[in-house]
Amino acid sequence: MTLPITCNSKEIVAEKKRCSRGVSVGIKSVSIAFGGRTVLENFDIEIAAGEFVAIVGRSGCGKSTLLRSVVGLETPQSGTIALGEVAGSKGKPDVRVMFQDSRLLPWRRILPNVMLGLEPALIPQARKVLAQVGLAERANDWPATLSGGQRQRVALARALVHDPNLLLLDEPLGSLDALTRIEMQQLIKDVWRSRGFTAMLVTHDVAEAVSLADRVILIEGGRVALDELVNIPRPRTRGSARFAALEERILGRVLQRRALVEEQWQTISGRTEGRW
Amino acid sequence: MYRHRPGSTIRTQLRPRTLVKRALPWVVPILLLVGWQWASSAGILPSRFLPAPRAVLRSFFELSASGELWLHVRVSTMRALAGFAVGGGLGLLLGLFTGSLHWAETLLDTTIQMVRNIPPLALIPLVILWFGIDESAKLFLVALGVFFPVYVNTFHGIRSVDRGLLEMGRTYGLSGWPLYREIILPGALPSILVGVRFSLGLMWVILIVAETISARSGIGYMTMNAREFMQTDVMVVGILLYAILGKLADLLAKGLERYWLRWNPAYQAAR
Ligand SMILES: Nc1ncnc2c1ncn2[C@@H]1O[C@H](COP(=O)(O)OP(=O)(O)OP(=O)(O)O)[C@@H](O)[C@H]1O
Ligand SMILES: [Mg+2]
Repeated sequence: MTLPITCNSKEIVAEKKRCSRGVSVGIKSVSIAFGGRTVLENFDIEIAAGEFVAIVGRSGCGKSTLLRSVVGLETPQSGTIALGEVAGSKGKPDVRVMFQDSRLLPWRRILPNVMLGLEPALIPQARKVLAQVGLAERANDWPATLSGGQRQRVALARALVHDPNLLLLDEPLGSLDALTRIEMQQLIKDVWRSRGFTAMLVTHDVAEAVSLADRVILIEGGRVALDELVNIPRPRTRGSARFAALEERILGRVLQRRALVEEQWQTISGRTEGRW
Repeated sequence: MYRHRPGSTIRTQLRPRTLVKRALPWVVPILLLVGWQWASSAGILPSRFLPAPRAVLRSFFELSASGELWLHVRVSTMRALAGFAVGGGLGLLLGLFTGSLHWAETLLDTTIQMVRNIPPLALIPLVILWFGIDESAKLFLVALGVFFPVYVNTFHGIRSVDRGLLEMGRTYGLSGWPLYREIILPGALPSILVGVRFSLGLMWVILIVAETISARSGIGYMTMNAREFMQTDVMVVGILLYAILGKLADLLAKGLERYWLRWNPAYQAAR
């Protein structure tokens, strides 16, 4: 396939089959504040069914809050969050979250943790995903005996083994080394392509966002500061010029605000030298 | 040939040290026992005050040979267990109830916290009035005493279940009984077991007092009966039996903790 795979435009018809599991997400002028401090303000995004959206932004800008509000764990003070209908089914869309902290049940061994909320008949499936995250031989261990990165991979396996309509991943690869990270990115990509759910991925790694997503959204000051379509055909190679250019542009936008603040500070304090 | 491997050298070096470490805690008790026996044999410690260890041992074998000892032990153990089952069971149920449902907490918790301030043993006069010196009096006292530690710790355990895990469970489609079984109960279990262990200790204390005051059988009865005949050896046997039974109950609770909380490194380390 040479066309960029995005499900938010006309390709949606051609891609209908692949996108059939996913649901659309409509977030309209959502505002969320904690104790008077606004985190999201009149926040809008539309995500098409089957689309893969990456969300980037500085620490504390409200990425986790956004995901939590999509699953109903935070109630917006105003605005609406609506999930679309599941094609061919009347039921409520199935949403799964992988939280920023792994949240494994300490009293269940690894395999039962991955199996949480699944029929026992799906054990082979769970074992397969566990093998895909490279932890097949730890199936019978307690979570307490795993390293932080291993626990994160178990949580990823737990999220991927389900067949949701919408999958929310909150920095799923945050504490992995570069190599494992690339492996896990490939896994997420493969699972997404074969199942066609809608995905929202929070990451602080712009390269990761560009390599995985159809769209990269930057949150800043409680709003969407950048909404960039990734028009690079898959499979994407990190070395390619288009990849690097896009990554550069997004990174530049992330840093721009910081540069602005520094500039203002320079003029206020009247210091022209001694930049930090 | 294995002796030259570094691992085995380390082990042979460690072994005598661990032996000493194992033996060390027993040095003082053994010295005390030897001193006690010596003081009794030398006549420093009169037997109507405290019998010699050997006399206690002899009396233990006599009582157990005649079957009298086992009868009393059985009666006391049954009382303790029955009281524990009733009180602990109710405490667990009510704790789960008030811990899980807010309206149940509002309705019941204040009352329970108020009644909790009454020491169960303070009720003895009333209890004798209500139940006489019947079995039910002892059952009631033990059950009442055991109820509160189990209740309070169950309630607290449920309330302190990790909220993050609850959120996670709900987003994975758990609710109702599955949520309870997978997350709430296991999360509350460490706290519940603390209550169980505490109340197992309390169970014996209350039973001792209740049996000493009024009973026609049981270890407490045996001990008080021996007092009338100045059989100090039988009295010491009774006292030691309580100690052993108390220790057994504690070991049982520890065993439960080690099994049920084996996922928790804190309990694996406490070997
Ligand atoms: N329950 C809460 N109570 C009060 N403030 C909160 C709560 N949850 C989040 N916040 C605040 O909201 C802001 C956004 O938090 P959020 O967790 O969404 O950040 P984030 O973008 O996910 O950051 P990170 O990249 O560090 O995970 C932070 O300033 C945080 O302090
Ligand atoms: Mg976050």
